[in-house]
Amino acid sequence: MSAPQPNPARTEPAWVKAILVGVAVAFVGLFVAVPVAVILHHAFREGWDVFAAAIADEDARAAIRLTLLVVAIAVPLNLVFGVAAAWAIARFRFRGRAFLITLIDLPFAVSPVIAGMLFVLLFGASGVFGDWLAAHDLKIIFATPGIVLATTFITFPFVARELIPVMEAQGADEEEAAMVLGASAWQMFFRVTLPKIRWGLAYGVILCSARAIGEFGAVSVVSNNVRGRSNTVPLHIEDLYNEYQYAAAFAVSSILLLMALATLVARRLVEHQATRPEPEEGLPVAQRIDIATIPGGIAP
Amino acid sequence: MTITVENVSKRFGNFAALDNVSVEIPNGGLVALLGPSGSGKTTLLRILAGLERPDTGVVRHDGKDLLDRPARERDVGLVFQHYALFRHLDVFENIAFALRVRKRPKAEVNARVEELLRLIQLEGLGRRMPSQLSGGQRQRVALARALAAAPQILLLDEPFGALDAQVRQELRRWLRRMHDEMHVTTVFVTHDQEEAFEVSDQVVIMDHGKIEQTGTPAEVFDHPASDFVLRFLGQVNVLHGTVADERARVGELTVAAPGLRGEARAARIYVRPHELEIDRMPGPDRVAAQVVRLTPLGAALRVELDAGATIGRVQAELDRGRADALGLRASEPVFLGFRHARVFEEERRAA
Repeated sequence: MSAPQPNPARTEPAWVKAILVGVAVAFVGLFVAVPVAVILHHAFREGWDVFAAAIADEDARAAIRLTLLVVAIAVPLNLVFGVAAAWAIARFRFRGRAFLITLIDLPFAVSPVIAGMLFVLLFGASGVFGDWLAAHDLKIIFATPGIVLATTFITFPFVARELIPVMEAQGADEEEAAMVLGASAWQMFFRVTLPKIRWGLAYGVILCSARAIGEFGAVSVVSNNVRGRSNTVPLHIEDLYNEYQYAAAFAVSSILLLMALATLVARRLVEHQATRPEPEEGLPVAQRIDIATIPGGIAP
Repeated sequence: MTITVENVSKRFGNFAALDNVSVEIPNGGLVALLGPSGSGKTTLLRILAGLERPDTGVVRHDGKDLLDRPARERDVGLVFQHYALFRHLDVFENIAFALRVRKRPKAEVNARVEELLRLIQLEGLGRRMPSQLSGGQRQRVALARALAAAPQILLLDEPFGALDAQVRQELRRWLRRMHDEMHVTTVFVTHDQEEAFEVSDQVVIMDHGKIEQTGTPAEVFDHPASDFVLRFLGQVNVLHGTVADERARVGELTVAAPGLRGEARAARIYVRPHELEIDRMPGPDRVAAQVVRLTPLGAALRVELDAGATIGRVQAELDRGRADALGLRASEPVFLGFRHARVFEEERRAA
C-alpha cells in the first residue's frame, strides 16, 4: 500500500512545517534526550567498576527486589479492579455511575504526597485504625504493606481508564450473542470479552507497571526509608543522592531508566498489535467470494 | 410446542415499548413481526430470546414458563441485526461456539460445523475471519452460528436490513427454503412489508407497542383491521370525506361503507392505486380528472392524476394492457372512479 499523496490544499506551507518540527525536536531534545544522556554519562563517569559496585550493592538489590514485589502485587490488583470497574461503567447504567467515574480519576488529581499522608492518617500509629492494628501486632505504615497500598492507590486509574472507552466502543452485542448461544458468565468473559479487550488491557497494564515502578511521592511518605528493608528503587536513589554518592545514584537511576525504556518498547509493540490493519485490506477484491458467484448458490 | 405470549408489557423509563401484547406463534411456523421503528417488535424478540425481561405478562413455550429460564438455557437461536459475529474468531469457530461452550466432543463439533458450512454454501471458508466476508456471507455465518446447537426456536432481528437489494432478495428465498426443510419455529422482525409477505406464513403487525393485526399475508392485505395496517401495507390514497347510512362520499364520488350506519360524520376513504379505475367516458360514480404524470413500473403503469379541489391528487396503477388500450398521455382529461375502497371513521373503526 503506497502512502496517500498529500492534498496541497490541506498542507501547511513549508515554513510552518519547519517551525513546528523544529519546536517539537528542540523541546524533546532539551527536556528528554539531554537528561537521559546526562544520567548515562554520570552513571559511567567514574568508570564501569563504580557502576557495577552501585548495582551489586546489597541495598540496591534489596530496593530492586522490593520494587518488583510491589509491582507484582499492585499491578494484578489493579488489573482485576480495572476490568471490574470498566465492565460496570461500560455495560450498566446505575445510580452513582458518574460518581464512580470521577472517583477512578481521583489518584490522577490528588498529589501523591497527599495520597501517602491519607494512608498514614488511616493506618498510622495515631491513625483511625492505629490502635486496632497495634493490638493485633500488624504494621502497615513504614512497612511493605503500606508501600503496596500507596502504589496501588496511585496506579489504579490506568487499567480502568484504558478499558472504559474500548468497552464502550465495542458494545455488548457479542456478549449477548454468547449468552444466547449458551455461554455461562465465565465462558462469556474468557471466550468473548477478554479477547476483545486484550490489547487495551495490555496497554493499561504496561502504563500501570511503569508508574508503579517509578512512584516516589506517596511511597516516600509511607516508607520509613530503612535501607535494605523499606526502600524502593526511587527512594534508594534519593538516599544515594542526599549522601553525595552521585555516581551510584545515577547508576541506579539508569536501571530505572532501563525499566522505563523496556515498558516503552512493550507499549510500542502492543500499540502496533492493537492498531494493525485488518487482514481484509491486504486481500484482493477478486478473492472475496460473493454468493452470486457460488455455483449452485442461493440464486433461484 | 407453540409459543404463547400473554399480556406482556415492557417500559423503558416513560416509553412503553410493549403495551399488553398477546400473540401465539404456532409450532414450526415462520412468523414476521412487522412494524415501523419504535413499534416494539425488537423488544418482543429480545424478550423471547431472554435478553429483556417483561415488566408484566407470561411467555410460555410448549406450556412451560419461558421467563423462568435465563437466555443460555432457552434453546433459542438469535441472529442479530448487525450479526454480532465474534470478530476475534474465524468462521469455523464462530459457528462452533455454541457447541464448544456445551463441551461437545471434537469430532461432533467438526462434523456439525462442516454440515452447516455446506448448508450456508461457505465450504472451504471456515478459516476466514468475519472481517474478510461480504455482508451476505456474514449474514449466513450468523445464521449458521444460531442454528449450530439445533435450537427449537430461531429468532432473527431485521435479518436482511443491512444488505443491498439483490442479496436481500436471494437470502429471503434461501431462508424460506431452509425453513421449509428444517421446520424450526422461526420469528423474524422486519419493517419491510414486502419482506414480511414474501417470507412468512403469518404476519403480526405492530405499532406503538401494540399488536394491530395478526393473520396470513393475504388476510391482512385484503382485510386490514385498522387504517394503520392499511397505510403501512404499501401505498394507498387517503381521501377525506363523510359517511352516512353505509355510504361514504368524497366530492361527487360515493362508495359502499358496510356497517357504518347513522348520521353523517367525517370519514377517511382509503383507495389503493390498483383499485382506481380510469376511463375515457363519463359515467355514474365517475369524476373528471387530469393526467399529471406517467411512470412506467415494469408490468404496471403509475398514473398521477389531479381530480379537482375536493379529491386532490391521487396515484393510480394500471396494468400495461389496460394502459395501452387507453393510450394515456400527460395533461389529458380522463374520468376517475373507485373499483374498491375502505372507509374508516375518524376514530379508527373498521368498516
